[in-house]
Amino acid sequence: MRAKLFIGGMLAVATAMAAATAQAENVLRWSSQGDALTLDPHSQNEGPTTVTNQQMYDALVQRDWELRLHPALATAWTPLDVNTWEFKLRQGVKFHDGSDFTADDVVFSLKRAKAKTSDFKGYVNSITDVVKVDDFTVHIRTQNANPILPSQLNSVRIMSKAWAVANKVVEPQDYADNEETFAVRNTNGTGPFVLKLREPDVQTVMVKNANHWDLETYPHNVDRIVYRPVQSNPTRVAALLSGELDFLLDPPVQDLGRIKATPGLTLKQVAQIRTIFLGMDQASPELKYADVKDANPFADKRVRQAMYQAIDIETIKKKVMRGLSFPAGIVTSPGVHGYTEALDKRLPYDVDRAKALMAEAGYDDGFGVTLDCPNNRYVNDEAICQAVVPMLAQIGIKVDLAARPKSVHFKRLQQRDTSFYMLGWGVPTLDSHYVFEYLAHTTDGKRGSWNFTGFSNARMDEVTGKMLSEVDAEKRDQLVAEAWDILKGDIAYLPLHHQVISWAMSDKLDLPIVANDSPNFKWARFK
Amino acid sequence: MTAFIVRRLLQSIVVMLAVAFVSFALFNFVGDPINNMLGQEATTEDRAELRERLGLNDPFIVQFGRFVGNALQGEFGISYRLKRPVSDLIAERLPATMELVAASAVLALAFGVPLGVFTGLRRDSWFSRVVLTTSLVGVSLPTFVIGIFLIYIFSVTLGVLPSFGRGETVDLGGWTTGLLTAGGWRSLILPAITLSLFQTTLILRLVRAEMLEVLRTDYIRFARARGLSNRAVNFGHALKNTLVPVITITGLQVGSLIAFSIITETVFQWPGMGFLFIAGLNFADIPIMAAYLVMVAFVFVVINLVVDILYYVVDPRLRIDKAVAAGRTG
Repeated sequence: MRAKLFIGGMLAVATAMAAATAQAENVLRWSSQGDALTLDPHSQNEGPTTVTNQQMYDALVQRDWELRLHPALATAWTPLDVNTWEFKLRQGVKFHDGSDFTADDVVFSLKRAKAKTSDFKGYVNSITDVVKVDDFTVHIRTQNANPILPSQLNSVRIMSKAWAVANKVVEPQDYADNEETFAVRNTNGTGPFVLKLREPDVQTVMVKNANHWDLETYPHNVDRIVYRPVQSNPTRVAALLSGELDFLLDPPVQDLGRIKATPGLTLKQVAQIRTIFLGMDQASPELKYADVKDANPFADKRVRQAMYQAIDIETIKKKVMRGLSFPAGIVTSPGVHGYTEALDKRLPYDVDRAKALMAEAGYDDGFGVTLDCPNNRYVNDEAICQAVVPMLAQIGIKVDLAARPKSVHFKRLQQRDTSFYMLGWGVPTLDSHYVFEYLAHTTDGKRGSWNFTGFSNARMDEVTGKMLSEVDAEKRDQLVAEAWDILKGDIAYLPLHHQVISWAMSDKLDLPIVANDSPNFKWARFK
Repeated sequence: MTAFIVRRLLQSIVVMLAVAFVSFALFNFVGDPINNMLGQEATTEDRAELRERLGLNDPFIVQFGRFVGNALQGEFGISYRLKRPVSDLIAERLPATMELVAASAVLALAFGVPLGVFTGLRRDSWFSRVVLTTSLVGVSLPTFVIGIFLIYIFSVTLGVLPSFGRGETVDLGGWTTGLLTAGGWRSLILPAITLSLFQTTLILRLVRAEMLEVLRTDYIRFARARGLSNRAVNFGHALKNTLVPVITITGLQVGSLIAFSIITETVFQWPGMGFLFIAGLNFADIPIMAAYLVMVAFVFVVINLVVDILYYVVDPRLRIDKAVAAGRTG
C-alpha cells in the first residue's frame, strides 16, 4: 500500500513537472523547403532569407498582416522639402547585445544597404545621403522627390554599427574574397527574436526577446522558434501530419486536401502578391525560336490578342490549379497600389474571335514557336504551360514546350535567349511603379531588367520616371493609371493568374496569414 | 610494391582530373548562379559585374585551370548558396554521411550474411522463399519510395520515429555525432534501413549463391565423409570460403553507399554531403558541386587502391606471377 502511494506520488510529481515545462515553453516548430542563404540582413534579397532575418532584425517601418504600413524603429516620418525626409526614431530600443539603438545605426545601415555588395540597392538607390541630426532624428536626402521611400525602407533592416565595426562586417559579403564573414551566421538586431543556434540546412533556433519594444502591440507567447527546412515535399508533409511541426509555410498543392482532412490541422489561404504571365519577344525582326522567317508575328498586336483570347484561364484554374488561383487581367495583384478590379478584368475567352484575329494578321495557318517555362519556381508552372500548348494549337500556333529548372530558365531569360516565356512577378514595395520599372520600362542596363519582351514605349518610360518624383498623390495616381492603360492596351504581356498562398498549421497555433508569404512570428499565439 | 602503389597513385590523379573536367563541362548546363545570388531588383549592370568578378565570363579552360590550381592548394572557393568556404562545409557534413553509411553497411552485413547462409542451406523451406521474394523489393523499389513508405508507417501512422533530420548531435572536436544521444539513434533508424535495403539484398543473394557453389565442392563432400558435424562443415568450411568475395564486394559497395546516400539524404533531410550536393545543384552552386564530385571520385579511387593493394597482399599468386615474369624463379 505504501509502495503504491509512493509510486502514485512520484507519478503525480512527474506529471506536474511535465506540465510545468510544457507551460513554461511554447516552442514553435516550423518548416519550409529552403533555408535562409545568410543571416546578413543586406546580403541576399530572397524569400526564405527575409523571413528568417525579419524575426531578428527590425526596419524603420513595418507592415501588418494586411500589409498596412506602421511605425517600427521610426516613430514618425515627414517630408521636409522636395527631396528630404525626416525620420524620428524610437527611443529606449536596445540591440540583442544590450547596446542602445541610435541614429548612428540607421545612418550606418542605410549606407551599408547602398554598398556595392549589397543586394538591397534597389530599395535605397534614390538616397543620396543620410544625415544624423541628433541621436533620434535622421534626415534622408533623395535624388528627386521620392514619395514611396517609407514603403521601400520596410525592406531595409537596421543592424548595430558598433557590432558591425567590431566584427569587420561594415559591408555585405563579397564573394570574390572567398571567406565567410561574421554576419553570415551571427546577428545583432533589435528584433522580436534572438538567435540561439544556426546550423545551415539543419536548424535555426531563436528565443523570445523579452525586452522587445513592440511587445505591447503584439504580446505574443512564443518562447522559442525552431526552424528545420525539409527539401523533400512528401517528407515535409509527413512531418506535419505526424505532429513534428506546428507550421508549414509551403504545403504542396497536391497535399492540401489531405491536410485539410486531418484533425488538429488548419489551412489558411490568401491571394498572393505574385502574378503569373507569359511574355513574348515583340521587338526582334525575326524570332529566334520560331519557324517564321524574316518576320516576327508577336510584333503584331492582333496575334498577341488572339493568343490571349485563346487561353481558357478558367479551365487552368479548375484543372491545373485545383481552384487555387485568381485569373488576372493585368500583371499585378490586388494589394498593390494602382491595382483596380476594372483593370484586372480579362478579355473574354473566345476562340472564334482569336481565329479571326490570326487571319486578319495574316497567320491563318499559324506558326510554330518554343515556350520556355520553369519547372520548379511557381505553383504548377510546368503544368500551366502544358495546358497552354493545346489551347494555342486551336488557333494554329504549334507550341514546342521547353520546361527547365529555374536556374537554367532564368539564365536564358537574362541572356534574352527566348522568344516566348513564362514569368511571375511579386511586388515587395506594393506600388505599381515596381512593375513598370522592371517589366515595362525600356531595357537600358539599369531599368527594364526583367523586360525580356523588347517592349519599348517612350510615353511609358516618361510616366514611369515621373512616378518616382511626383509628390502629389492624385497626380501620381493618374500617372500610374495611364501606365497601366498603356501596358494593358498594348497587350505587352499575356496575364494568366494571381497565385494563392496556403499555410498549414496546428490548431493550437494562431498565426495570421499575409499576402507577401512572409510570416512574422511576433503575431503568433499559442492557444 | 612501392612502384605499384606510385603507379596507381599517378593513375588516380588522372582519373580525378578527368572527373573534374567532365563535371566542369557539365556545369554549363545546370544554369546560372547569378540569378540565385542576386535579388530580382538587381540591375543588368549588377549582374554583369558579379559575373565578371566571379570569373564566369572566362573561357571554360581558364575556369577549369583556375579550379585545378586552387584545388591543388586545398582551396575550393566559397559556396554561392551558403556563403561559406566549401572545405568547411564538406568537413562539417562528412560525419553525417559517414555515420549513415557505416550504419547501413553494418545493417546490410548483419542481415545479409545470416539470411544468405540460411537460404543457401535450407533452399526449400517456406522461410527461404519468403525471404527471397521480399528481397526482390530491395532491388526493385527505388530508394525514395522505400523512404517515404517507411516514413508513412513509422512516423505518420505509428508516430514512433522522427520523419526527418539527424536528432540531437554531440560535437566531438569537429566531428558531430548522433550516436551518443537517444534522439540521434532514433533518427538514424529509418534512413539507415532505407539506404541498406539494396545492399542487404545484394549481400544476401551473393552469400546464398556462393554457399550453393561451395557446398557442391569436393572438399565439403570429403569433410562430410570424414564425419564432421554439420555445424563445422557449414560454418567452419563453407561459410569461411564464401566470405572472400563478400568482403571484396562489401568494400566496393561502401563507395556506392556514399553515392546512393544522395537520395536517402534528400528524402530524410539528412544533413550529409549528398544533401549538400543536391541543394547546391538546385542553386547552381558550382564550387560545391565541383568539390563534391572530385571528392566522391577520390573516395572511389582510394577504395579501389586499397582493394588492389589487399589483393596483392592476400593473394600470393599475383606476386608469384610477377616473379615468374621477372624470371627470378627459374
